[in-house]
Amino acid sequence: MERSRDQNRLIVSTSPHIRSEETTQHIVWSVNLALLPAALMGIYFFGPMAAAIIAVSITTAVLCEYGYQKALKKRVTIDDGSAVLTGLLFGLTLPPSVPLYIPFVGSFVAIVLAKQLFGGLGFNIFNPALIGRAFVQISFPKLMTVWLEPTAAFVFIDAKTTATPLGILKEEGLQKLLEHSGTYLNLYTNMLFGHRPGSLGETSVVALLMGAAFLLYRRYISWHIPVSFLSTAGLLAWVFGGSEGLFTGDPVLHLLSGGIILSAFFMATDYVTSPSIRKGQIIFGIGCGFLTMLIRLKGGYPEGVMFAILLMNCFSPLIDRSFRSNVFGAAERKGLLK
Amino acid sequence: MSDANQISYWELIKNGILKENTIFKLALSLCPAIAVTTSLKNGFFMGVAVVFVQVMVNLTVSAMRKFIHQRIRLPIFMLVISGWVTVVNLLMDAYVPDVYKEVGLYIQLIVAFASILARAEMFASKNRLTPSLFDGLGMGLGFLVALVFISIFRELFGKGTILGVSIIGAKPLLILVLPAGGFFAVGILMALFNWLYARYAAKPGAH
Repeated sequence: MERSRDQNRLIVSTSPHIRSEETTQHIVWSVNLALLPAALMGIYFFGPMAAAIIAVSITTAVLCEYGYQKALKKRVTIDDGSAVLTGLLFGLTLPPSVPLYIPFVGSFVAIVLAKQLFGGLGFNIFNPALIGRAFVQISFPKLMTVWLEPTAAFVFIDAKTTATPLGILKEEGLQKLLEHSGTYLNLYTNMLFGHRPGSLGETSVVALLMGAAFLLYRRYISWHIPVSFLSTAGLLAWVFGGSEGLFTGDPVLHLLSGGIILSAFFMATDYVTSPSIRKGQIIFGIGCGFLTMLIRLKGGYPEGVMFAILLMNCFSPLIDRSFRSNVFGAAERKGLLK
Repeated sequence: MSDANQISYWELIKNGILKENTIFKLALSLCPAIAVTTSLKNGFFMGVAVVFVQVMVNLTVSAMRKFIHQRIRLPIFMLVISGWVTVVNLLMDAYVPDVYKEVGLYIQLIVAFASILARAEMFASKNRLTPSLFDGLGMGLGFLVALVFISIFRELFGKGTILGVSIIGAKPLLILVLPAGGFFAVGILMALFNWLYARYAAKPGAH
């Protein structure tokens, strides 16, 4: 008797021995929470249709994940919140006027083609929400470029269609954009709070920054990718974005418009598809910023964030590999090929 | 492979269509499979051209196999292939000019198909005339079948038509007729084919 009690005192288990409360599940649901202000602002500005689009997008994503995992007799993991996050992020990138089959198709593509077929959470090369967005952008080019004037009323109104600030900037220049909203101050304030045409969840920079601040404070995301992303984009906008030669561009305007804030904090920082080493994250951010501005200023699309991040997603494994640290205690590898 | 005498001709054809399907099983020649399959008509004629070239190359190589020196066999095979590709190229230019205008470049690219050279090297140069004929027919038909399936899928869902006749009345998924959608289509159909094939092969009686 005595003996067996003593034996039980020594519990042998494999590491890790210290477990934190912060599971994947916990982090993903926190990101969902952090996106809530932006979603609410989108609904506020663009009316109940915006809520319907987000709802369809999330529901489809969750159902697709459930259906796929059931059909393949895998463990159903819809409670980890990642399908909700994909659906929510995808919904927030849609124009508020799209018919409801677009969030349906896009969420399906995001979950089934971009996530589950690659092996599920943790194995996807590309950000699923952005693949869904790219898919519908290419499949329904006309519907995906109808933008609504924000109404700010929570009601059904036949909203006027219009162009986004980036679209105006690209086609007609800064002067036209200023005419639209009066003064610079007006323009900036409108863009800061989200009173501008654009995708559902990308317009309200304040709401997005609130969510981002929460994630940064809880250290769920690090500053490296957003800061290098935004500063590269801002720098390039300042140097090459102006119409009167070099160094006349307006970096603030470029950073406040389009989906760059949403993407830099919530999509480029996706754990699965971005590098996990700090130095690599900075390279990743610079690449995203560079490609975004290249597409915005020289490419055919007014907004380039989506393709920029998807392209940099391809490089994530390569970046991670080239900045791999040496194993502690191992002999330093010599020669050109490390 | 060398004792083809014991395998029936039907087995040879089945091998090309199912077990060693160029596109779905071997994943070879995917470039034309994506480039020309935006409409059923283009996909079909491309497939027919490949059947023709594969059969004729197999026959020619098999007939000449005793005279081809081992050291220079690959250049000889290439010459034979280019010869027959030129024939099919001129034929299509003459008789189906509207298809040729769209897929002409890929007809000429048949010269570089790994699958055609591989069959000449692996089968026709080691076997008699008749087995080589059926092997070429099987491999070519496998390619044709794959191309037809891919192009039906892409034309129906990308343009909403089959052979130019409107079926759906809208363009449901424009992306499918673009190159990126081609990869999606080939990937989805490849998965479907292999899933069905695995079920078929698991049945008793099927080899």
